[in-house]
Amino acid sequence: MINPDSTLARADAPTAARASASRVRWRKLARRLAPYAFIAPFFVLFTVFGLFPLLFSIWLSLHQWDAASGLAAMHWVGLENYKYAITDPWFAKSLLNTLWFAVASGVPQHLVALPLAFFIHMSLKRGRNFVVGAYFVPYVTSSVAIALIFTTLFSKDFGVINAIIPGPPIDWLGDSFWARPAIALVVFWRYLGWNVVLYLSALQVISGDLYEAATLDGASRWQQFRYVALPLLKPMMFFAITLTLIGNLQLFEEPFILIPPDSGVATDVMTTAMFMYRMAFSDGDFGTASAVSWLLFFLIAALAYGNGKLFGKEGAADVAR
Amino acid sequence: MSKFLLAIAVAVATFALAPARAATTITLATFPDLDRAARAALPRWHALHPDIDVRIVSLQYADHHNAMTTALATGSGLPDVMAVDFKFIGKFVGSGGFEDLYQPPYGAGALRDAFVPYTLAQATNAKGELGALPADIGPGTLLYRADLVAKAGLVEADFTRDWESFIAAGIRLKKATGACILASSTDIVDIVIRSGLPPGQGIYFDRDGKVLVDAPRFVRAFELGRRAHQAGIDAGTTMWTNEWVAGFRSDRIAGQMMGAWLAGHLKNWLAPATAGKWRSAPLPGGLFASYGGSFYAIPKHAQHKAEAWQFVRFMAADRQTQLDALVQFGNFPALLAAQQDPVVDQPVAFLGGQRAGVLWRDTAARVPAIPVDKYDSMATDAVRAEYQNVIARGKDIHEALADAKWLIEHRARR
Repeated sequence: MINPDSTLARADAPTAARASASRVRWRKLARRLAPYAFIAPFFVLFTVFGLFPLLFSIWLSLHQWDAASGLAAMHWVGLENYKYAITDPWFAKSLLNTLWFAVASGVPQHLVALPLAFFIHMSLKRGRNFVVGAYFVPYVTSSVAIALIFTTLFSKDFGVINAIIPGPPIDWLGDSFWARPAIALVVFWRYLGWNVVLYLSALQVISGDLYEAATLDGASRWQQFRYVALPLLKPMMFFAITLTLIGNLQLFEEPFILIPPDSGVATDVMTTAMFMYRMAFSDGDFGTASAVSWLLFFLIAALAYGNGKLFGKEGAADVAR
Repeated sequence: MSKFLLAIAVAVATFALAPARAATTITLATFPDLDRAARAALPRWHALHPDIDVRIVSLQYADHHNAMTTALATGSGLPDVMAVDFKFIGKFVGSGGFEDLYQPPYGAGALRDAFVPYTLAQATNAKGELGALPADIGPGTLLYRADLVAKAGLVEADFTRDWESFIAAGIRLKKATGACILASSTDIVDIVIRSGLPPGQGIYFDRDGKVLVDAPRFVRAFELGRRAHQAGIDAGTTMWTNEWVAGFRSDRIAGQMMGAWLAGHLKNWLAPATAGKWRSAPLPGGLFASYGGSFYAIPKHAQHKAEAWQFVRFMAADRQTQLDALVQFGNFPALLAAQQDPVVDQPVAFLGGQRAGVLWRDTAARVPAIPVDKYDSMATDAVRAEYQNVIARGKDIHEALADAKWLIEHRARR
């Protein structure tokens, strides 16, 4: 332990000046560094859990690697994994399934969410928040709870759905024909509320004057929706459809939790994300799984670009603004 | 600065080493229900080895095997002892991430005759390395509802004689009681593809890695499965689903071909109310097969290999541990010494007092040692998917098997 008094006593004038100068310099440096320190946690976490896996998966997609054999077992195969994935019939099948789900659950989401949001916006005053909340609940519900409830509802012999529908019982989750519509319904149910909330928020910034003017011109409620609200919702539609596109093409959870992997129909509902998971964790081929994930990325990027083209420049620009 | 780092290093080292000097703690990574057997065995373990503590880390079945795959991949976060289910043993042992237990200091060669022969084959890879010791096994049996079978005027032999007889009896059972002898027609396929295997040949691959999926046994399996499905004697449910469980409880499913351990599950939670009504019969057509089983392995990067080996031997090769697991949880032992115990000959109340252990022991002794391949689970998926095409879309059997063969060859190209 050093006695502070003795240090002070021994210090002569020039040293003290130098010390205070260095203290000032340190303080300046600390002030300049502080912001970086404050934002560092994000960048550190992003690098470790975001950037590194991203770059590693590119690297991995160019290698053959059976993960259980350890890192040393990686060996370079170049683009062979991509070629291999594209020629695998299950990859093509999974892409078709994914596109089927994207259309069958995505299109109704928006066709229902748009008028529903308009109706809630125009007609509901008091119970509005409750109704919006009720539609939004599925979006934040845990997937385990959803799996439990829907496997019970869809049950062939004991399910409520078969009890309501007349005729012979349908094996919703065990029949090749019905499994896909059943899952699309769950996806639709789960994300409808999310889209309603998106459209509601966009409707709220549309000035009420426009509706008043339309009413004075004799426009009906439908015409107000069609000719006033809908054109002004275009930027939000671009945004919401892009999100649906990305979400549906990465669809994994719903089919994964509703259909047991040993089930015969497991390949009938296998999405590309599930195929990727299967490649990695069931077949132990992490290289091809990475290649599949990048192929999926390129597909999503291309479709999102196409969607932007479809909505025209002003749609995309409004969102950017 | 370097002094500071040194101080930290010293502090960390002291902290890390201090408990090690007092007692070694080994980690066991396992999954339910297998973890219960390990937990129950701990008091005896502590009495025998007061200096070695065991920390049990138990994750759900799928999570455990995914976590172990990534741990083996990176060589970090590996436990000292790893429990591995039958479904993953071929893949894990094939990857070479485990210690070869035949090598010193383990010397498992001395235990070669202590276990049912086919289980060691399952845990042995192509290089002849033994990656794990078997803990429990699932001698294949047909569990059936004796009361419903009697009601239909049938006897056990009607179901076990051969597959033709099985399907005919199934139709009569369905007509008389409305109950199905099968949960899924896939159950027939899974078992018939194992019939008539020459020694040394795998189910899907031969010794040289050639794909065998278009062999006559596959054609026959698909044909029998399709006939059973068309006759309506399967309930069309997948195992471990709500439908399956409800099928047992409501007398809709009157039979299941499975490992003997299913009797314990039926008794404990699947259908406790049906106690006394079930019986265990040999598999139809004079087949002997095993369903499931679990193993204990020591990863190459484990910290305390000597202690881990003691624990593995305690769990797998200790007669008392194995008997406790049998009595408490119905885990049928792989260890022959445990199988010879009088406990195994006791009547099973759930099976109406049948001495089923005798049948299971006999079955276990006659299950052929089928070599496993690391692509087995992938091949199973491919064959199942094509079988689904046959029954759901009317695809031609030969065409379906040719497609399955092509896919398996494509996937196993490396």
